Amino acid sequence: MIGESWVTTTVDKLEEWGRNNSFWPLPFGTACCAIEFMSVVSSHYDMARFGYEVVRFSPRQSDVMIVAGTITDKMAPTLKRIYDQMPDPKWVVSMGACACSGGFYRAYHVMQGIDEIVPVDVYVPGCPPTPEGLMYGILQLKEKIKRDSKRRLKEKRAHGDDSGSAAA
Amino acid sequence: MPTATIPAPPLLDSLPEGSVEVVEGLDQPTWIVRRDALAQVARQLRDDPETQFDLLLDLCGVDYPDRDERFEAVYHLYSLPRAARLRLKVPVLEDDPVLPSLIDVWTAADWFEREAWDMFGLRFEGHPNLRRILTHEAFQGHPLRKDYDPARRWILTEDKIYKPNPQPTGSESVDDMFERMTINIGPSHPAMHGTFRVVATLDGEVIVASEVEIGYLHRCFEKMAETHTWQQVIPYTDRLNYCSSFINNVAYCRTVEKLMGIEAPPRAVWAQMILSEFSRIMDHCVCNGSTLVDTGALTNFWYMFQPREEIYGLLEACCGARLTVSACRIGGLLEDLPPDFEARCRHLLETVPEFIDDVDKVVTKNRIWLDRSVGVAAISAEEAVDHGWTGPCLRASGVDYDVRRAYPYDLYGEVDFEVPVFQGGDVFDRYRMRMEEIHQSLSIIRQLLDRGMPDGPYIVDDPHVALPPKEDAYNQMEAMIYHFKLIMDGIQVPPGELYHMVEGANGELGFYVISDGSGKPYRIKVRPPCFPIMASFSHLMQGGTISDAIATLGGLNIIAGELER
Repeated sequence: MIGESWVTTTVDKLEEWGRNNSFWPLPFGTACCAIEFMSVVSSHYDMARFGYEVVRFSPRQSDVMIVAGTITDKMAPTLKRIYDQMPDPKWVVSMGACACSGGFYRAYHVMQGIDEIVPVDVYVPGCPPTPEGLMYGILQLKEKIKRDSKRRLKEKRAHGDDSGSAAA
Repeated sequence: MPTATIPAPPLLDSLPEGSVEVVEGLDQPTWIVRRDALAQVARQLRDDPETQFDLLLDLCGVDYPDRDERFEAVYHLYSLPRAARLRLKVPVLEDDPVLPSLIDVWTAADWFEREAWDMFGLRFEGHPNLRRILTHEAFQGHPLRKDYDPARRWILTEDKIYKPNPQPTGSESVDDMFERMTINIGPSHPAMHGTFRVVATLDGEVIVASEVEIGYLHRCFEKMAETHTWQQVIPYTDRLNYCSSFINNVAYCRTVEKLMGIEAPPRAVWAQMILSEFSRIMDHCVCNGSTLVDTGALTNFWYMFQPREEIYGLLEACCGARLTVSACRIGGLLEDLPPDFEARCRHLLETVPEFIDDVDKVVTKNRIWLDRSVGVAAISAEEAVDHGWTGPCLRASGVDYDVRRAYPYDLYGEVDFEVPVFQGGDVFDRYRMRMEEIHQSLSIIRQLLDRGMPDGPYIVDDPHVALPPKEDAYNQMEAMIYHFKLIMDGIQVPPGELYHMVEGANGELGFYVISDGSGKPYRIKVRPPCFPIMASFSHLMQGGTISDAIATLGGLNIIAGELER
């Protein structure tokens, strides 16, 4: 800080700070977990406190997909397609046992974990997870993004690359 | 026991000779009907003034690989004017699993027949659109057949996805100035409340034809139930209608209790009724809250979610879970009630109405809401019955049918409550119905609290049904053996079959269970109240605008977990 109106930082840090505090989550809610997700966004738990303010239903405008609920084989192509429509950088939070592993539905129509088709950043266990559990998960995602950006910085320095590109 | 008193319908003289065989000794009147006479029998049962079976509650298949006639189609009928019930069973051969479609007798048969085709491969001759409904397009085989491996999956790729192209039937309107447009809503769409897909052909803004595709949350409940012990099914029932999972618990446990001939102790029944009514309130809150948010009234969504949070507190105190409670056990409750149970309930009786009244003040006379809801997607009583509707949606159309009143189970015969009935059958009446039912539920809870909590055990005192207390299981040989047997082998339910129903949050929630005495359910069929309601969505939307469709869907209270199981 110099005086009151100057901040010095690196582009990476600024970018990380911005990302970390203004997630636009896409709720991919299918089942019971979606009801708990609604609890998390409504007044009592209020996920907006952590920078997850703007819930977007359009994949084009969001950067975190929160998969809340069982994904069946019938839904799978849709999930993949929506993930592909999200712009980079993007993250996926797998909420609940079904999205993580199929849960207790070891069955003919249930995908045994969404990581069969999309990469997952944070797994939140529970059936459904408590709102506290989901909030812990999304805070972990923040940590992960911080860590990633530090690691990227290190990698860049090691390789002498200063292009500043930030592929997540 | 309510179903024991169900009177047998008269055997009509006009039925073809030898077409019907009456089965004695079951929980409700049952006929075995010859396949070639089914269409005629069904039509006469509906039309004859002595029977008047106007409501097709459920249709399901059952697979008996050892029988000569391997498959059985089971129909559950209800007569509103006569309050009678009847079960029809139609055996068919494995090589020739063909039945006449009953779609022109009861429109409700449409999706039920598709489901039976999908799950068992029963073909219904004369059905206009006998496609798979719950599983996907690349699926091979019929999963509920006994020889289907429960974990055998098939992968769906994007190129195989069904592409509906609904076209209006009948004559084209002459002053058609607009180019027709087909739009796809869902399966991942904020207004679809979970996972449905509606493809609508629009003329301007008016829907001229639409097609509904479901099955995106088909989690194979019925197959899973067949591979687990009777107690292990309880958590699966939570996830049917997950907005009011406690009611599902109660419905399932009551069914099995009746099949075993045991009765839950009064303390458990009392608490189950209170928690069921609170669950009904929670369910109606989600339904009305999400209807309102779909029509733009976001604040009310927050208002409606707050009572849920309050009630979650009570459920959490009773069983440790908020949403998927699994708080019932066959024969009673998971554990004894918390010491402050009554105080918590009393507190809720004061806090919950405040939120409901807030919404009532903001919305019920609001011009915008009235414009969006009055007269929208109205359905007449006859049509609603023909489509197999039950619950608040049916009562909003003027039919006074509530399982709590018609077949008073538990203590419903001893409490004083009204069954509200509205006549409009539109979105607004469905909304008012739920608001009114919340008040009735509160009144039921208040009366139960005033009666006082019964003393005694919270679960039956039967070591073959209830787990022994942990300290006994660790310290007494006998209790340990019982504990071991119950965990490893499960409850032994005697062979038999039974249909039991309760009033779920969105209609008659029935469980049709068949036991072969093997320790696992042979077949469990859920009668999902929102399945026939969703089936009539295309019919409701015909001629409405696309914005009406969004307002309608919320008010029907379609819960995907229950719809697709």
